Amino acid sequence: MSLVLDIFTIVAVLAGAFFFLAGTVGLLRFPDTLTRLHALTKADNLGLGLVVMGLLPQAEWPFDAIKLIAIWLFTLLAGATVGQLMALAARRGQPTP
Amino acid sequence: MTLALAVDISLTLLVLAVAGWIIAVRDTFAAVIGFVAYGLLLALIWVRLAAPDVALTEAAIGGGLTGALLIGAAGRLRKTEAATRAEYPGVLIRTLAAILAVTVTAALAVGVLALPDPAPTLAPAAVASLATTGVGNPVTAVLLAFRSMDTLLEAIVVLLALLGVWSLAPDRAWGGYPGPRHHADPDGILAYLARLLPPIGIIVGLYIFWIGADLPGGKFQGATILAAMWLLVIEAGLADTPPISRTWLRVLLVTGPLVFIAIGFAGSITAGAVLAYPEGYAKPLIIAIEIALMPTLVLTLALLVAGAPQRMPPQ
Repeated sequence: MSLVLDIFTIVAVLAGAFFFLAGTVGLLRFPDTLTRLHALTKADNLGLGLVVMGLLPQAEWPFDAIKLIAIWLFTLLAGATVGQLMALAARRGQPTP
Repeated sequence: MTLALAVDISLTLLVLAVAGWIIAVRDTFAAVIGFVAYGLLLALIWVRLAAPDVALTEAAIGGGLTGALLIGAAGRLRKTEAATRAEYPGVLIRTLAAILAVTVTAALAVGVLALPDPAPTLAPAAVASLATTGVGNPVTAVLLAFRSMDTLLEAIVVLLALLGVWSLAPDRAWGGYPGPRHHADPDGILAYLARLLPPIGIIVGLYIFWIGADLPGGKFQGATILAAMWLLVIEAGLADTPPISRTWLRVLLVTGPLVFIAIGFAGSITAGAVLAYPEGYAKPLIIAIEIALMPTLVLTLALLVAGAPQRMPPQ
């Protein structure tokens, strides 16, 4: 059983790392601000989500696991908010303060 | 073990690269963003060095608060940045500055590398006397019992820094509201975040403040989170900064240091030395100081970021 959980962790964390890599490549290669933001926020949401999901079987239940999920939810909230604000600033055509 | 070493080495190289980039980059705003990333990476290094208290402070104060201050400064300097570039110092001055900076770095490196192995440490002595203070976190015991003079001066220094910021106010705005009045779309995402996040942030900030007695945490880290929540509400236009002439504001700003000084001088009567605690009363007195310092620190840190008064007080 623990072997299955370990394999699950490795696969999920690797998948998360792949999304971070893809997001970074997108951040460097995409042509304009909005698409770059898209790449960045996807990496945060999906990549961190997969890393957290992979770490859950290794974390102590319940508090450490809840903390991990809370970290992911806060990052979702922060990523979505900052992405919107930066997109708004970019559309107004002025640099973010 | 080798994997951990690889992580440590790449973390160190990354910090050095970011530090070099901050110095080399010409754009002020880019340098500030680099500084925030540098602070967060440094916090990770403190975690790797098994110093979570320092890591929390570095992330909250070094990366977060100082980053916010510098972003504000960079925004203000943007208009004049092109003009100052013409006054860029000559090669001679830059070379001298570089030599001075490299000498300081080299002296520090020699100092660290010349330490005997194992390095001289007061940690066992601090842990051995921990029971006399009643607190469970040795870092808190050092900050508020063994070396409380440093913490007292620290609390006064941030207050003096705030006075320095206030003194930049133009005469017509003296006593008025710090910073601009922010207006954000009341149905927008920033106002939404400013309604959603503060209840959670206040609980987290108070938790980090309270847990500091026994585990990593403390008033500076907790106060930074509470100040950030207040600033978020202000930036979203849901509230305004208080005019600096308000009596309650000034009373709260001096309460923390005054309580600290009063308890410190009371120690010279009850315990025989300034800033000493009478036997058995160390923990309640430490908690009293921390609770009194908390509002002072929250207000000071938030108002430091808010800036100098620039709008007239209400008539």
